[in-house]
Amino acid sequence: MVKHEARSMKAHLTRRYMFSASHRLHSDEMSAEENRVIYGKCNNPYGHGHNYTVEITVSGPVDDQTGMVCNLVDLDGFVRTHILDRYDHQNLNLLAEFIKEVPTTENLCIAIYENVKRGFRKAHLEKVRIEETVMNSFEYSGER
Amino acid sequence: MVYLTRKAEFSASHFYHNPDFTPDENQRIFGKCNNPNGHGHNYTLEVTVKGAVDPKSGFVVDLKQLKDVMSREVLDALDHRFLNKEVPEFLTAVPTMIPTTENLAIIIWQRLAPKLNAAQLHRVRLYETPDLFVDFYGEA
Repeated sequence: MVKHEARSMKAHLTRRYMFSASHRLHSDEMSAEENRVIYGKCNNPYGHGHNYTVEITVSGPVDDQTGMVCNLVDLDGFVRTHILDRYDHQNLNLLAEFIKEVPTTENLCIAIYENVKRGFRKAHLEKVRIEETVMNSFEYSGER
Repeated sequence: MVYLTRKAEFSASHFYHNPDFTPDENQRIFGKCNNPNGHGHNYTLEVTVKGAVDPKSGFVVDLKQLKDVMSREVLDALDHRFLNKEVPEFLTAVPTMIPTTENLAIIIWQRLAPKLNAAQLHRVRLYETPDLFVDFYGEA
């Protein structure tokens, strides 16, 4: 018989999801000229889009009975309803969380983190990481 | 302190079933993964070790040694195996230990940690698919 050293140890589980959305980086706090200087091409009034990859990392003790940190069906269901359905094929600037905030991927990362933190109770949220392109990625772990 | 990561790949089959659950519970909790005939994955393993850079060799760890330990302790035991039936940790565990990615990452850690003398094991990252991976840092 093998002793159960694995029982209840803490593991981190990361799941990757994708969605596509458009945005325009523009702040009403700044003049048109300042916006152009700071945001460059991203300030194009017609907007532009990305294929975003979102990594959600949760952690917790591995359940003795199921061998899981949390059931993927629960995590996938939550992310589908609260994140992908909300953002996929949308213009981010038109969503409530970006009426006052500029929809940079930094702010998107924070918005998704807060959303998962608030609603997902099956495991501890460790981190949200977003790849805006294969060259740019952003991470938020709730640190102030 | 420098961190060094070595990758490896292996393919294995498994299924999820806990005899303490009813057939309905097994189906509800494990879904398609409950198929007793098993299914398989191409796993990608990343082993990260940490240590000071040796002033003579410039190494954190001799990569050949790390590669040999990974081959012997992990790949020989897991590659092209049916995890439930051929890997001792899962085969003989009472009560059952389900061969999830979480538990697999933990047993890989337990196999490697005592065999790595030159460097300290920092993290085992195991990809079940490109969209799902588990990190284990040896935390209780």
